[in-house]
Parts: sequence; C-alpha cells; structure tokens
Amino acid sequence: MIDHAEKAAEFIRDEPRTDWHDESLWFIRHKRDKASQDVPEWEQLRELASGIKDNVLSELDHYLEQFEANALQNGVQVHWATDAAEHNRIVHSILKKHGVSRMVKSKSMLTEECHLNDFLAEQGIEVVDTDLGERIIQLREEPPSHIVLPAIHLKKEEIGALFHEKLQTREGATDPGYLTEAARGHLRQKFVEAQAALTGVNFAIAETGGVVVCTNEGNADMGVHLAPVQIHCMGIEKIIPKAEHLGVFIRLLARSATGQPSTIYTAHHHRPRPGAEMHIVIVDNGRSAQLGRSDFRNSLKCIRCGACMNTCPIYRRSGGHSYGYTIPGPIGSILTPGIDLKAYSDLPFASTLCGSCSDVCPVKINIHEQLFRWRQIIAQEGYLPSGKKRALAWFGKIMARPAWFRFTGKVARLALRILPRPFLYNRFNEWGKARELPEAPRESFQEWYKKNRR
Amino acid sequence: MGKDSILQAIRQNKPAGRPLPEIPIFPGREITPTEQFIKMAETGGSQILRAAHVQEINAMLKNLFPEARNIASPVPEITSTINLEEIQSPLELEQVDVAVIRGHLGVAENGAVWLTESACRHRILPFITQHLMLLIPETSIVPTLHDAYRNIRINDEGFGIFIAGPSKTADIEQALVIGAQGARSLTIILTAF
Ligand code: SF4
Repeated sequence: MIDHAEKAAEFIRDEPRTDWHDESLWFIRHKRDKASQDVPEWEQLRELASGIKDNVLSELDHYLEQFEANALQNGVQVHWATDAAEHNRIVHSILKKHGVSRMVKSKSMLTEECHLNDFLAEQGIEVVDTDLGERIIQLREEPPSHIVLPAIHLKKEEIGALFHEKLQTREGATDPGYLTEAARGHLRQKFVEAQAALTGVNFAIAETGGVVVCTNEGNADMGVHLAPVQIHCMGIEKIIPKAEHLGVFIRLLARSATGQPSTIYTAHHHRPRPGAEMHIVIVDNGRSAQLGRSDFRNSLKCIRCGACMNTCPIYRRSGGHSYGYTIPGPIGSILTPGIDLKAYSDLPFASTLCGSCSDVCPVKINIHEQLFRWRQIIAQEGYLPSGKKRALAWFGKIMARPAWFRFTGKVARLALRILPRPFLYNRFNEWGKARELPEAPRESFQEWYKKNRR
Repeated sequence: MGKDSILQAIRQNKPAGRPLPEIPIFPGREITPTEQFIKMAETGGSQILRAAHVQEINAMLKNLFPEARNIASPVPEITSTINLEEIQSPLELEQVDVAVIRGHLGVAENGAVWLTESACRHRILPFITQHLMLLIPETSIVPTLHDAYRNIRINDEGFGIFIAGPSKTADIEQALVIGAQGARSLTIILTAF
C-alpha cells in the first residue's frame, strides 16, 4: 500500500528544499510554455497527435504485425513479451547467447518498470546506466524520481559527495561542469568495454519497421554503435503508423519535456550495422488490459514527456519518490490503479484535480478526468481509507436530507465562530492539519436568498 | 504466451476504428528558413559558419582546432589523418578529435541537421569524436520537421539521425553543461557548394 500523503509529509519537512524542488520544476514548465508558444500551430499539433494515437489504439494489432514484418525484412530480430518476467528472460537469453557480461543502457522507463537491472545483476551481468541522471541514481541505488529528469531531487553537493566516493572526484567539488566531465570519462570507459547496448524506444514506425530514440547526451548512440549487440525494448503503445507522423510527435516531445525545440539527438534505427545484431523486444505487461478499459485507454497515448509532472502542484511539492512507482506524477497516478487497484488506491487522490496536467499534455490525455474516475472506482470497490470513507458517508447522508443539511449548516457556522481552536483543530480534522478553516458567514445562502429575492 | 496472446488480447480490447488524421501543410514564418536555422542552431549551442568552396574547410579546421591531432572525414577534400576505409572496429575511432561530415539537410525550426550512415562512413563517428563539424548546403534548409520528413526517407539506410547541437546535459541541478557523452562542440558550415 502506497501512502502518498505520508511520504509527501516526509518530503516537505525540509521546507527550503521543497521550495527549491518546486521552483526547479516550475522553471521547466515555464520553458515549455515559451517553446510551445513559438509554434503557431501548437494546438493543432496536439489535436493531431491525439488523433493519430486514437487511430493507433484502434488498429494496434495490425500496426504491430506490420511493424514486425518490416523489421524482420530489415534484418532485425523481433521478440514479444507478455509481461515483465518474459521481457527480462528474453533480454537475458540474447545476452547469454553472446556471452555478454557487461551491458550499457540508455534511459528506458520500460526496463525500470520490468526491474531489468536487478534481474540481470542476479545473473551476474553488469548493467551500467549511461544517461548522467540515471547513472547518478544508479550509483545511489535508488529509483528515478522523474521520467525525464531522473535526479531532479538531488542537490549538487549530494552528487559531488557521491562522485567523490564512487568516481574519485575531488572532495567537496560541486561544480556541475567538473562533475559531468568526470562522469564523461567514467562512462566512455564503460561504452568501450560494453559487449551489448540496450535502449528504450520513443517511437516505432509500422510502415518502415524502425525505431526512433531521442537523447540529449548522445549516450544511446555511444552505446549501440560501439557494441556488437544492440537491443531496443518498447511497449506495444509506442507504435506510430508512418514516418510522416514523426514530424508531429517530435515537434511536440522535446518542447513539452524541457522546452528545447528538439532533443540534440533523434536517432532512426532500421538495420543492424554490418557485422552486428539488432533486436527489438515488444512488451505488453498490462498494456493490452488497459486498452480494454474504455475510461482509461487514453493513458496509452502517453509519449513520456514529463510535462504533467513539471506542472503538477502536488508532484512539485511531494517529489517523485512519494508515488512509489516508476512513473510518478499525474500520468503515474492513472496508470498504477490499472496495475494494482488496492496497492495504488491512494495515488488518484494525490491531485487537486486542477486540470493543469491535461492542459499541458501534448497528446491531450484527459488526465484529471481519469483521476476523478479512478476515485469513483476506488470508492465503489471499497478501497477508500477509513477516515475518508467515514467522512464521505456522513456527508452523503446529510446532503441527501435538506432538513439535516440546513441544521448542520447552522451548527457548523455557529461552531466555527464560537468554539476555541482545540475543538476545531484536532486529530479528527485531517483537512485542518495545515490549513485554516474558512471564516463562517452569519447566514446561509438560502437564508440570504429568502430575504433578498424579489 | 508471446505474440499470439498479446495480439489476441489487443483484438479483444481495442476500441472501434478511428480514422487516421491528415497532416496539413502549415503556413511559413516571417523570417527566412536560413535566418531561423541560424537562430535556433545558435540557441542550441552550435556555431554557424559559411564557406564558398570545400577547400576553405581545411583552413577553418586549422583555425578552430589548432590542437587537433586526429581528424577523420569521409569527405574526400578534407585532409584527414585517419583513413576511415581501414577502420575495422568502431572502437578504433576513440581517438578522433574532429570529424567532418556532410549533412543532408537542415531544419529551420530546431536547428537540426539530418545525417545518414553512408555520409558518416561509421555510425559511431559523429558521437565518439570530441568535436563535430557538419557541412550542409544553405539551399538545403527547410522550414519545419514536416518538410524534413517529406524530403528524406528514414529507411533508405540502416541508420539516420537529426543532430541539433553539441551533446549536453542538465542532470545536475538543471545546470546546462555542454559535452556530456557525445561531441563537445558542433560547428555547422553553411556551404555554397
Ligand atoms: S501524460 Fe501527457 S504530459 Fe504526462 S508524460 Fe504523458 S504525454 Fe507527457
């Protein structure tokens, strides 16, 4: 059971740090606004992206078959995995066949979701994450706290101390340029030694059988073009029909993610390089089930830009780790209940339902509506925490009886005015823990209306 | 397990058919594609220069990278120190200081250049080199990414890439650092040839 509120409470105990986290993300949200405003047809692009994904979801089986046929034609080896365990087994079998003991990996939320690193470590295979942020959290042995900015929760002093211990940088050094240079040297060594390289996939094109991988650091390319075995792992929802659709999605992706007009590297892989092998692993792991939930299938349109996290007032002030899942924030909160309703029943409540996530989402997922819908389902299934359950049950009864409603309203208005604080702010008042109750008016709206209507 | 069960589940669960939308032609900008390209490329950390003849590039290289010892380029007119035809393994390119590669086209809206595998000779070259120089004809610049995709075929070759600047990261406290895992600098030469 994830208790988001409890973990968030831990996070905000350090107030300056909370503010710093909040502001870092808001700054990125701001850059996203500027970048999107530079594109006059921005809203049209979002509409198009959403429409293309609607079509993809409605013909996903055909597109996947078309993709596989074309990839095979290109000389790529294609594998299918029903779940995380099968995915991990497939990757391991490829590595085993080539006697691989060292693999480099670039950012892939899918392999995080499948816990591939742990699995391979148990088989004695060293996996090195090569995105700087990912390498930092890997060395700290913790999960990413954001899907685009994995180490956004860390201060440079913490990274400096980590690198001093693990990469022998100067003690106390915190300059980002110096630390990045140290990581560059360390990672170059890993790239050179790797016998296989694995990446995630941003887009897979049915028409051509190829995959597109976007990075800023160039780490995905450093990996796959050096190692004799290249592996790309993708969820079934990464498919787009044609090459021309890349224009729509790539124009949206980096602008939404970091406010850049494009990632530095947008690599299109179609065939293995001479003498090397290329594999693509297509993974379901619960996605086809999500496709069957009509209220929630739109979540499969997600292109993992992270914009909904950067804008979310709850995410910014509770940190990615408070969600207890690989994909945190608003999108994580609509994906997780589909995976385990009970375990993640708290996450759809980690929202103000302000709708900012839906406003920034480049593929127009109705995130906040889905959050609300999950809340209803969680209540129906009886997974509400008991405090909320009791309060809502009482409220429902009162709302259903006008006389009770008028009476309790009167009592509450009076109580708010005359009762001393300890009667109002105590352990039964969850809401009032960090908030002031509103000032009570002397009369209800109904009373006022009776007097004033003409 | 595997393919059949996944496709089966998708067939059962997928929504009713939805049409694929058409991508319209978007209207152009006020500034010319070249102006916009230069602006966006410079914002992304690239340096832009111009050359009228391919021979000028050798002088530029000396000027820009006086310390460079290993220069690699599949462009025949460039004075290389490494013969790319003799390279057996991509690992041999680890010592390259500067690589000079011909790009296919430039994209005005994001300052990106499209490169293909054959123009790189070895896929790893534009990444493993310390510094990268790309040559594109000024006339090749198109306004948007849509135009770019209309002008290239992404599966003509085994590998193709848009490069929009030097390798960068902001993973340490959002501080921008140029020179993460790939090339530390990108110089784009707009050519008249
Ligand atoms: S839900 Fe939308 S905004 Fe959030 S990560 Fe996915 S695409 Fe981006």
